[in-house]
Amino acid sequence: MDTLQACIASVGILGPGLPDWPTAARVLAGAAPWEAAPVLLPQPVALPSAERRRTGAAVRLTLAVGLEATASAAIDPSLLPAVFSSSGGDGQNCHEICEALASADRQLSPTRFHNSVHNAPAGYWGIATGATAATNSLCAHDASFGAGLLEALCQVRVERRPVLFIAYDTSYPQPMRSVRPIPAEFGVALLLAPPGSAGALAHIALGWSSAPADCMDAAPLEQLRSSIPAARGLPLLARLARGAAGPVRIEYLDGARIALEVSHAAGS
Amino acid sequence: MSPLALTAFTATSALGRGLAATLDSLRTQRSGLAPCSFETVTLDTCVGAVAELDAVRLPPELSEYDCRNNRLAWLALAQDDFGESVARCAARYAPQRIGVFLGTSTSGILETEIAYRQRDPGSGALPAGFRYRGAHNTFSLAAFTQRALALAGPAAVISCACSSSAKVFASAQRAIAAGLIDAAVVGGVDSLCLTTLYGFHSLQLVARTPCRPFDAARDGISIGEAAAFALLERADANLDADDVLLLGTGESSDAWHMSTPPPDGRGARAAMLQALAAAALEPGDIDYINFHGTGTASNDAAEATAVAAVLGRDVPGSSTKGATGHALGAAGALEAVICALALRAQLMPGGINTSAVDPQLPISYLRENRTAALARVMSNSFGFGGSNCCLILARAG
Repeated sequence: MDTLQACIASVGILGPGLPDWPTAARVLAGAAPWEAAPVLLPQPVALPSAERRRTGAAVRLTLAVGLEATASAAIDPSLLPAVFSSSGGDGQNCHEICEALASADRQLSPTRFHNSVHNAPAGYWGIATGATAATNSLCAHDASFGAGLLEALCQVRVERRPVLFIAYDTSYPQPMRSVRPIPAEFGVALLLAPPGSAGALAHIALGWSSAPADCMDAAPLEQLRSSIPAARGLPLLARLARGAAGPVRIEYLDGARIALEVSHAAGS
Repeated sequence: MSPLALTAFTATSALGRGLAATLDSLRTQRSGLAPCSFETVTLDTCVGAVAELDAVRLPPELSEYDCRNNRLAWLALAQDDFGESVARCAARYAPQRIGVFLGTSTSGILETEIAYRQRDPGSGALPAGFRYRGAHNTFSLAAFTQRALALAGPAAVISCACSSSAKVFASAQRAIAAGLIDAAVVGGVDSLCLTTLYGFHSLQLVARTPCRPFDAARDGISIGEAAAFALLERADANLDADDVLLLGTGESSDAWHMSTPPPDGRGARAAMLQALAAAALEPGDIDYINFHGTGTASNDAAEATAVAAVLGRDVPGSSTKGATGHALGAAGALEAVICALALRAQLMPGGINTSAVDPQLPISYLRENRTAALARVMSNSFGFGGSNCCLILARAG
């Protein structure tokens, strides 16, 4: 079987000091310094007001990066299947549930409960965009970026259509933060399309490696990459930002690395 | 899609450990539901608990994964020579060429719920020894299973609420079709915990008495726990007539509401039509449907409407959740294995607890077991967030 391949048609990103793809691309290309800044999660205006009030960080984050990627590619998000991958989903919501269950009355809010499902961002994405195609919601702990990317690449290959891939993580409050110290919200969306799609940023081909994963040159960016599972894909984004062809190794499970060969997109 | 063979499968639930006990319970229409005495839960409801699960212990080399959910996985993996079948498959391909795709909704969160009761009164810290990665994290189930089976290929947990472990069949099928892997262990494991018991209670979706899917007086779900696994490989020419194939999968999103389907069940309808198209079948080719059939008023009504729109009102079907309870993230795989058993035994399992089928629902609901020639069956799974999945399984001969 030949190599799994896809085009990257567009990117959305939101994380510390990386407020959108145009800004992040300059930082990742080394054209501008990374500057610490809190992650400002936009109001989820795409949702009906009744739903808007019910959303937490995971939903706002994924809507922001997903809509940035689809807008930048001028693609109607309602037509796309989507793959979500996250190490821990909504950390604050999980904490609130465990705290309520440890209290005397164990009263849970119904909204908190239905927001606790790992696929809550996928559910709200559908409500916001009207997308009725399949979504998937994955978790692979620290390998969640790689696991989601593999699922999306398989979908592109088998379904022969564009797929929106969103990796995201949120931070836990204490006491969970001590055992899972994810420092900040981080989300990235890649609109993947079949090889040869017009106007793509780059082309990627999948391979494997046992060599160490690529690190980021700038210390603060390496800190993001190594501390937030969804940011494990930053070396790929850096290559996209620089427009430079070549290999990228991304952390996956145990001793395996996903080795992507990035090239200029044919037909772009 | 190209058919895949389920070259091994097993299930452990409130109906018993392994296939023989499960089939025996289905044949005798025994329910695994009983009044809830789980942990410190004080809700007036019934649950489908796995007997003697508390006594199961993981081997020392896997102790970092210890939690109720992984104990249930371990118990199930030990049935029906499942591990031996996987080892043979790994010897044929390579451990790196076998994927692990498992569904769960709550993984080992019970450990976290208990740890939150044991926080340090001064600092609020969790007790020493709390294991985030091995117990709490959603991926814990797949990491544990991959190690328990000595596999080294791609692995992921798919967590899409109650459709999770149906959707793993679709992901595995794509990964095999794309050439990423040669075979896959798929399945689902979900175990009793306070989050789901109190959570569904907060939504007023939990029945007091054993759940009654499609009954005119249905009043909610009974929560169950289960583990079910299957080994998927490309179907080769040497199939026996009794072998079971995965012919088609369909997935869709409601884009409607987080916890309620649209009344016309259009998302469910789309998933069923897609599965039929993938299997290159006509609606008339389906001999039995295992409904999602949770026992809530709105879910059963929407599913019945969708099924009638796709298959008509005459295809016999039942929900086995009256027997197993709703195993949530494990329900899809559990019911796929029940469908595989039904195909082998040529038995349509009647839906128990339902005493008067809702006359408003346009379906042919089976309450009694029926022996019949079964060639192709359909299984529906729908989850919160509007996540729908439909599987079509068939006999090879």
